[in-house]
Amino acid sequence: MRKNSLVFLAGIVIVLALGFLMPWLLRNPFYFFAGYVVLQYVTIATGWNILGGYAGYINFGAAGFFGAGVYLSAFLFTSFGLPLPLCILAAAIVGAILGVLMGYLTLRIQGVYFAIATLGLVVVLETIVHNISGLGGASGMAVYGPRPPAWSPGPSQYNFTVMVVIAVVSVALARWVEISWIGRGLRAVRASEDAAECSGVPTLRLKLVACALSGAVLAAAGAPYPFYTSFVEPVTAFSLIIGLNAIAMPLIGGTRTWVGPVIGALLLASVQQIATVTISSELNILFVGAVLIAFVAFAPGGISDLFGRKKGRARL
Amino acid sequence: MLSIDILLNAIVTGILLGSVYASLALGLGITFGILHIPNIAHPTLVVAGAFFVYTLTQWGLDPIVAALIGLVPFYLLGVVLYAFYSAVFERKGGANVLQSLTLFFGLSLVIEILLSLGFGSELKSVSVSYIGSSLKLGVLTVPYRLLIPALLAPVTIAAVWFYLSRTNSGTAIRAVAHEERALSIAGLNPASVKRHAFGIATATAVIAGAALIMVGPIEPFAGRYQIGRVFAIVVLAGMGSIPGSLVIAIIIGIAEALVSSYLNPSWSPGVAFAILLLGLALRPQGLFGAAR
Repeated sequence: MRKNSLVFLAGIVIVLALGFLMPWLLRNPFYFFAGYVVLQYVTIATGWNILGGYAGYINFGAAGFFGAGVYLSAFLFTSFGLPLPLCILAAAIVGAILGVLMGYLTLRIQGVYFAIATLGLVVVLETIVHNISGLGGASGMAVYGPRPPAWSPGPSQYNFTVMVVIAVVSVALARWVEISWIGRGLRAVRASEDAAECSGVPTLRLKLVACALSGAVLAAAGAPYPFYTSFVEPVTAFSLIIGLNAIAMPLIGGTRTWVGPVIGALLLASVQQIATVTISSELNILFVGAVLIAFVAFAPGGISDLFGRKKGRARL
Repeated sequence: MLSIDILLNAIVTGILLGSVYASLALGLGITFGILHIPNIAHPTLVVAGAFFVYTLTQWGLDPIVAALIGLVPFYLLGVVLYAFYSAVFERKGGANVLQSLTLFFGLSLVIEILLSLGFGSELKSVSVSYIGSSLKLGVLTVPYRLLIPALLAPVTIAAVWFYLSRTNSGTAIRAVAHEERALSIAGLNPASVKRHAFGIATATAVIAGAALIMVGPIEPFAGRYQIGRVFAIVVLAGMGSIPGSLVIAIIIGIAEALVSSYLNPSWSPGVAFAILLLGLALRPQGLFGAAR
């Protein structure tokens, strides 16, 4: 194992330990309430980046996968009483299937069409959920979450710890993709798809793998959400702000490595948590939109590119 | 028979709705279909156009006159938008599609929020004497608030199509997408041709906006429900085929009207995207486009 991987492993252990210990150290439940959202966005940004960053295929439909995860886990829990970890697993599997379906339909065409089709996924899924009365339709449904286990002091702390685990697993997955042959192939796809195809890179299969992994992470990020809010309805589950943040966070942090989305999500989500408490949520969206435009226009490599690009590695 | 009545009414409503959708997609047909700039902010610009028309009608102007007045500021807005876009991307040697998509995505959000800060998030509508009642032809009932905008669309489309195919500067617009260098050899500045084209595309948004707000009340975030429709129309028409877009728009309009009268109106937002996904999977070059 290389030194980098050891450091990463140590980091994971520390974060996980903090995730389990913090609820006993900090009394104020608000920290866990806000922290949950920040970690949820770390997961979403990381999941989005597997396809959007590594392969360069922009997915505007992150909210579609997220919402699918939200509704699947709400449905499985209220109807069958499935325990939360299994709900998350089921959401990840369905997210992966959705990703493959979506990719299979659109990936053989240019990236633009893919991006537009992903926008459609959100509308189609939202329309379907709207029309299923078993899922509460437009008025939504209440979800009474599971009793937190003995090792967690309360429901918001429990949700927080669950989200820490999901975020850590997602980041580890993204890092693994990045350093494995999949990541190399995806970078080749982003640099030049035709050249990659000509040199024998199985581009379609790689893109489908990226779609599946990305979809799985995005849906898993939504799975604990019904228990966090105790209520699900289509407009918030498929909210555009999720799709916006999923793109803005990696672009602001940097899309080339797993660190970028994490930095972007921590920064932007924390700012948003403060902004929604202190100023209006409309100005919050305006702020994210303006920051997004500024970064796309003037610093397309993101924050990690502004600071970490001194060593002169090849830009792939 | 009653069901025949419903069917006929649904089809006529669909044709009229489709005609309105075609005018929404017209600007995108120029920016995305011809110039290959994925301007996903176009539906939001249409909503901005609708609010422009709304503001002028509050001062007592007719919505169609208001739209004609709006052509000039929206043309200029388009020119400024393109100038910003090209300053950011094209100087660095060709725009990255994904970056420009993201740029327009951010732009549309900013416009939406500015509209909702300026006008509030309630529904806004216009009322004029000639769009109040309905035209009755036998079993058909056609509300004028759908008929008038639907007639506006073919006129605009015909004007733009005539301009693009019969005039010199229109030919230059179609040429710039194909071969920029040849255009500069011929003594034209590709950047200014594109700026002009983007201006025209944005100017059509105010006409489409007038049509949209005449059909029904509108709120600042209405644009996102049109994204699927307009892209479905432009893509399936085969990128840049303006007459083709009218045909596709009408097909989508009829499909939506049938779905909402036989199933439930709440299913109709998904129809355009379902058609788009199927179309992309089965015939990626579009129904009217040449294979590329």
